[in-house]
Amino acid sequence: MTFDYAPALESRSIVDIKASYGLFVDGEFVDGSGTSFKTINPATEEVLAEVAEATEADVDAAVRAARRAHTRVWSRMPGKERAKYLYRIARIIQERSRELAVLETIDNGKPIKESRDVDIPVVAAHFFYYAGWADKLEYALPGNGHSGTRSLGVAAQVIPWNFPLLMLAWKIAPALACGNTVVLKPAETTPLTALLFAEICQQADLPPGVVNIVTGAGATGQALVGHPDVDKVAFTGSTEVGKAIARAVAGTDKRVTLELGGKAANIVFDDAPLDQAVEGIVDGIFFNQGHVCCAGSRLLVQESIADELLTKLKRRMSTLRVGDPLDKNTDVGAINSAEQLARIRELSDIGEAEGAGRWSPECELPTTGFWFPPTLFTGVTQAHRIARDEVFGPVLSVLTFRTPSEAIEKANNTPYGLSAGVWTDKGSRILHMAGALRAGVVWANTFNKFDPTSPFGGFKESGYGREGGRHGLEAYLKGGE
Amino acid sequence: MSTSPSAAPAQGQAWDFSDVTRSNDSLRRFLHGLPGVDQVGADSRAASLGTRSIKTTAKAYALDLAIRMVDLTTLEGQDTHGKVRALAAKAMRPDPADPTCPAAAAVCVYPDMVGVAKEVLGDSGVHVAAVATAFPSGRAALDIKLADTRDAVEAGADEIDMVIDRGAFLSGHYLQVFEEIVAVKEACVRPDGHSAHLKVIFETGELQTYDNVRRVSWLAMMAGGHFIKTSTGKVQPAATLPVTMIMLEAVRDFREATGQMVGVKPAGGIRTAKDAIKYLVVVNEVAGPDWLDPDWFRFGASTLLNELLMQRTKMTTGRYSGPDYFTVD
Repeated sequence: MTFDYAPALESRSIVDIKASYGLFVDGEFVDGSGTSFKTINPATEEVLAEVAEATEADVDAAVRAARRAHTRVWSRMPGKERAKYLYRIARIIQERSRELAVLETIDNGKPIKESRDVDIPVVAAHFFYYAGWADKLEYALPGNGHSGTRSLGVAAQVIPWNFPLLMLAWKIAPALACGNTVVLKPAETTPLTALLFAEICQQADLPPGVVNIVTGAGATGQALVGHPDVDKVAFTGSTEVGKAIARAVAGTDKRVTLELGGKAANIVFDDAPLDQAVEGIVDGIFFNQGHVCCAGSRLLVQESIADELLTKLKRRMSTLRVGDPLDKNTDVGAINSAEQLARIRELSDIGEAEGAGRWSPECELPTTGFWFPPTLFTGVTQAHRIARDEVFGPVLSVLTFRTPSEAIEKANNTPYGLSAGVWTDKGSRILHMAGALRAGVVWANTFNKFDPTSPFGGFKESGYGREGGRHGLEAYLKGGE
Repeated sequence: MSTSPSAAPAQGQAWDFSDVTRSNDSLRRFLHGLPGVDQVGADSRAASLGTRSIKTTAKAYALDLAIRMVDLTTLEGQDTHGKVRALAAKAMRPDPADPTCPAAAAVCVYPDMVGVAKEVLGDSGVHVAAVATAFPSGRAALDIKLADTRDAVEAGADEIDMVIDRGAFLSGHYLQVFEEIVAVKEACVRPDGHSAHLKVIFETGELQTYDNVRRVSWLAMMAGGHFIKTSTGKVQPAATLPVTMIMLEAVRDFREATGQMVGVKPAGGIRTAKDAIKYLVVVNEVAGPDWLDPDWFRFGASTLLNELLMQRTKMTTGRYSGPDYFTVD
């Protein structure tokens, strides 16, 4: 007899998914003037709901509502009053955390363990953190000792599908704390938690128009970003779309922050705590199915310990439980969409064709839904496409290095620069590496840790601007540039 | 359960550590050359394994396995023959109301109580384990520790739980600790040539760092310990999930290097069925399913057994019974 974990399914009865959803404009749910699209559960391909696709006119109505709310209410409200709303939202998120976690898992495909233990708690933490700043903005940035309205106005925010509610929190919490109003477009494949968040705004009695949610695909995003009356554009997503946005706003006075792709190096030195490094590698690339812009998708391991580390890593990967995202024991859930699955497959096939050694543990994948096993490629070099292109899936490229300078050179040899990881027992080496790596975040002996107090953002083609921490306020205040 | 654990290295398969243990210097270099343990990372890995949700059939399996792994323990100055007899009876029939309930692995007592326990247990398959070597502090001369051990073995102990000299370990006298374990292991040999199994207690609450836990684990395994054990139960903290996890990593790595399997025994502080199941999850996912056997994993505990029984009864009847429905030891 063996220790087989029986299914431990989180009940989905706590969520109430409506058959169709409209847009959230000026404090009310309204029908869109355009067509609608379906959002599905990527683990089962079950249709969850019909969601309105916001047209240019819908976006315009939302921006106008946000402008009114900014001029008449939100920008005039004292910071300590704005803080009360943010605290209230944070508390409601905590109270409804199970509901939010289940809904996030159903719409996104991520394991309930992650939405429950990471996404939703960090979402609440962001609102709590920025609530605390709302009445202290005079002290936030140097040289800005004056009081008065320094908010930018209306923020157009476009977020991705990998951390739907968390990216919403990263965008909305600092914007509101600084006195801005927002129009946010969630990703096409994961709109449901943003719509539940709209309901939470109503529950918190947030003044109408302060938060507006418009659902849709690329065209909706373009209409929002290109709207002449938005003062600020904040985008998280692919580098390709980020470049298009930068071009679209060029020549306007819109402020822009972009958080784009990555191809992070996770660097393991021969004196690293190996068992913990293995955990860090696994967290770095298989957390959230690798749908993480700062994922540690390139493992750079010192040649002298490469075999030992790979043996340990493969053994560890064999214990990853891939399957039903609602099972509390699932470690790796479903790929978010058929489109993303196709891209992961394509790049993995290219990796194999280019001669890298492909390996996955034995695991049974469900027959419906979108699935990809945890995969690693050995014998990868800088010249392989899987070492250069962002796969955005559970695919790890393993490269080796001989000396610290070679590690730095290879780590930096990418157009991206979002994050990096360093594993060593030497404190001095950590500091040296952190200074030499051109990445916005460098984790030392850990990976993929997120905290609202810590700024996050990229170098090079990973974007510009910082989110989180005191730095995150600069993106939403005048005088911060 | 198997009554004849065979942890002894198969002939010809034993790894040769003579180069490592030639001198204190070479032993120190080896132990300090093991990969370090990052405390934050180890704690978080153990905590994350602790969130596994073990339900229904998996829980039933885990509860029965945990009962079979219990070393039911009494190590008090106030121990009497009566107390030890009661404990031994309980180990054989943890739940008198349910014949399907498995027996515990062993009773664990002081050496002078071995005979009493043995008398009750006979050939029931439940082992007698004796703490020896000036338990719990280990502060006595070597010949006294060895006499203590022989005494327990002669009285019929199947297993000896020795304590290491923590003072020697902390002052870097690794070879002294090593040689003491080797000597105690020799003292475990019975006249008929069979040997009592040796469990080596580290008292990790005194060694404190995870690096020390990993080093002492390798030291004890190289010295031939059949089991490595966290604690005496007399020092806080006793067993913790991350410390046990690091020891499980060590036995896993040791088997990979040498082909030899060594058992692990967390002791002290594991009181609830839920905690015990967390340990089994760590065994399963860190060392692997081969260790999910009383020959290779034990719980040193006393109150844990009734908690396991209460959960077991809840699984079969669907109701919680009060503590009065379970025997006090």
